[in-house]
Amino acid sequence: MSIVEKERDLLRFTTAGSVDDGKSTLIGRMLFDSKQIFQDQMDALESASRLRGEEHVNLALLTDGLRAEREQGITIDVAYRYFSTARRKFIIADTPGHEQYTRNMVTGASSADLAIVLIDARNGVLTQSKRHGIIASLLGIPHVVVAVNKMDLVDYSQERYQQIVDEYTDFAQKLNVHDLSFIPISALVGDNVVDAGDNMPWYTGHSLLHLLENVTISADRNLVDFRFPVQYVIRPHQDFRGFAGRVASGTVKTGEEVTILPSLRRSRIKSIHVYDRQVEETFAQQSAVLTLQDEIDVSRGDMIVRSHNLPEVSGEFEAVVCWMDERNQLKTDTQYLLQHTTRTSKVFVDEILYRLDVNTLHREAADSLELNEIGRVKLTSSQPIFFDPYDRNRETGGFVIIDPTDFRTVGAGMIRYTTRETLRELRRERGQDAERPRATNVSWEQGLVSRAEREKRNAHKAVCLWLTGLSGSGKSTIARAVEQQLFADGRQVFRLDGDNVRHGLCADLGFTRDDRSANIRRVGHAAQLLFEAGQVVICSFIAPYAADRDFVRALFPEAAFLEVYVRCDIEVCKQRDPKGLYQKAERGEISGFTGVDDPYEEPANADLVIDTAVLSESDAVARVVAQVTRLL
Amino acid sequence: MPSYRMNTFELLESEAVYVIREVAAQFERPVMLFSGGKDSILMSYLARKAFYPGKIPFPLMHIDTGHNFPETIEYRDWWMEQIGAQLIVRSVQDSIDSGRVAEEEGPNPSRNALQTITLLDAIKEFKFDAAMGGARRDEEKARAKERFFSFRDRFGQWDPKNQRPELWYLFNGHKRPGEHFRVFPISNWTELDVWQYIERQEIPMPSLYFSHQREIVRRDGVILARTPFISLTEGERWETSRVRFRTIGDATCTGATESVAVEMADIVNEVAATRVTERGGRADDRRSEAAMEDRKKQGYF
Repeated sequence: MSIVEKERDLLRFTTAGSVDDGKSTLIGRMLFDSKQIFQDQMDALESASRLRGEEHVNLALLTDGLRAEREQGITIDVAYRYFSTARRKFIIADTPGHEQYTRNMVTGASSADLAIVLIDARNGVLTQSKRHGIIASLLGIPHVVVAVNKMDLVDYSQERYQQIVDEYTDFAQKLNVHDLSFIPISALVGDNVVDAGDNMPWYTGHSLLHLLENVTISADRNLVDFRFPVQYVIRPHQDFRGFAGRVASGTVKTGEEVTILPSLRRSRIKSIHVYDRQVEETFAQQSAVLTLQDEIDVSRGDMIVRSHNLPEVSGEFEAVVCWMDERNQLKTDTQYLLQHTTRTSKVFVDEILYRLDVNTLHREAADSLELNEIGRVKLTSSQPIFFDPYDRNRETGGFVIIDPTDFRTVGAGMIRYTTRETLRELRRERGQDAERPRATNVSWEQGLVSRAEREKRNAHKAVCLWLTGLSGSGKSTIARAVEQQLFADGRQVFRLDGDNVRHGLCADLGFTRDDRSANIRRVGHAAQLLFEAGQVVICSFIAPYAADRDFVRALFPEAAFLEVYVRCDIEVCKQRDPKGLYQKAERGEISGFTGVDDPYEEPANADLVIDTAVLSESDAVARVVAQVTRLL
Repeated sequence: MPSYRMNTFELLESEAVYVIREVAAQFERPVMLFSGGKDSILMSYLARKAFYPGKIPFPLMHIDTGHNFPETIEYRDWWMEQIGAQLIVRSVQDSIDSGRVAEEEGPNPSRNALQTITLLDAIKEFKFDAAMGGARRDEEKARAKERFFSFRDRFGQWDPKNQRPELWYLFNGHKRPGEHFRVFPISNWTELDVWQYIERQEIPMPSLYFSHQREIVRRDGVILARTPFISLTEGERWETSRVRFRTIGDATCTGATESVAVEMADIVNEVAATRVTERGGRADDRRSEAAMEDRKKQGYF
């Protein structure tokens, strides 16, 4: 075999920034330093740079493709670049950074695993840098790296760098970005691009390339919800009818029960073929052919899903749409075509709820959307589509809008949630039970180290502390402070927080009554495992239903469970509204929100009640710590 | 617990198969172009996979410039049998004979530009609405912005300003009568990806890709093979050298490289170590900085 033999995976990233930020130079630098520039390309670069009267080889010329762009010195479309290292292949979607190219940025961002936002260290955080973060967040890019460039022009000042980091971190609180990191670089000189260089000894983090090579992306995929949009039917002879497609998300095995949408017919997977191989299981991103045990009519545009995990099925839904057409505006009285998974249907935009200012996230009333504008709209399609909210599934949550007369792609959208009931509710009406199967024949495995022994070594007992209360009541604030205090006191302590578990452990759950219960049940079990490990476990969850809290309480010995009701008047919570959720709920953008259109069942027998509308934070924390310490 | 991970090749393969199936599903009369080069061999190999155990549901088409290496035609016919595909051949010579195009003058008349007319005529003749090609974005600067589904107007022309945005895995192939698409399923592969995949999958390749003795002439830094279509100009002479081809196309403008690579692994190593792009050996790209862009606008692949 050849020398280049290691198993590499693939990272798609997007770079947004203007020429002035040094984006093209950065890409040129990455290609150059990772030895991806060929001699003849280099020769062409040198002669082109000379013709332009430039002294040094202009690395930016390497990435400015079309002649018009070379003449004007700007990048006007998404350009794809490739390079690889021993660990990974990289596909760069190189996009222009100016506001008039928002649609190009959106396009480049749609399939990216990571976004590099470039900031010129001299200029600091500009409107443009914020816009790039907002677009990355809207398009659900899991990782954002802010490259603070041109450090050579600010004397490699740590202070300047830190200023930018602080300002951007503060701004990013508003975004839906799970992984944000910063790197000070000089693309021109090469510091921290591939190698560290000697100019910033105060920076102890990794280089940009190191980060690109090592960021974990396999966990970003949705491996829970099996979704198989049927692309094509393969029928070589009477005995073989295979449904070809690419697994959009999740996994499936032979023998599993599946449901076909929209017919709702059920069958089982008979066989799975990946090209000329027959396999037992197929998973997200794989192109496969499925056959079913029963003769069911299935065609392109249908979706095969697991019977116990159905997507939303609706002809009415809301979405954030980016308008991409320079000829006509998005209007509410016009019919368009909607391309979603392998289905195309007619669609009307019923209402434009608001236009989003991509520089500030401010919402404005609007009757139409112009080229490059982003807004939230309500849509009705001529036939139901099968989808998941985009946050949870990019493949089944994204769509494009097509002009019905000349068929140009004029818009792209990300589904936020349905305005109608979910199929699950539909199934309940039909009396079908959507309960997940429980594991049977499983008993608790007892290890050789007991909890009692762990408690002895820790010199304190294990305890579960459960804080319940409305959103905005102050649970998380108290939980964090209590954790810090107990840790300072030398306790083994760990905190589980609502938002954190929903990133991974419970990422497949929504906010329906069933999903909320499942969420609390899982957290309860996770807390129990930590408890068995001898920890003081602090859980802060709304946990609105009494039955769920009782379920959790029953997992722990009576003396080791402490329920704290963090009480706060709903009006005070609304005023605080730290995440803007009440506002969204009251505008109807979130449904089933506790305290607005979903009940909070007040605990009747809490071990401790803390009223945060009355008590100061430090008093509240002191009371909780005192109560917990008594149990240790 | 399975890892559910795919390596680069599996991901690229899955993506290309998806695109090829999308073409079969969205278009009424698709065709896949076959030049006999490694990219079109790879693409047709992936088409075979995409519809397995069924047959490839569209024909393959070779636009024959008439300036072929005999090995190419031999391989082509053998390969079609291997993958069970139906082949259409349309030749530039016919276009010349019927007066549709005129041969270039001079010592190295290239038919690369002429094949555009033959291709557009064939598309019209068969009413093809999508033609798949093995072009890759890493080949040349103008290709870096090319779409998977590249829209062509009624004149077969490519307008860089009128291309459709492609998001996620959604490819918009809707069109009006007379309009058609060029589709590039292996857009995201690099030359090295192609060779490594061919090596792993043990795809049999034409002998021209492997090192062999051949009579050549050196012209403007490009090594051209001796064929009846090339005559020497002043100061040039034929010499014998150990060469192989990195790309295979019209024999008059496909440059060879000096190489001792006899095994597939040698080729992969050579490609991994090389410092010249594969198109660096193509005389037609050297004519001007924006040569490729100009040809694309005319309808060239």
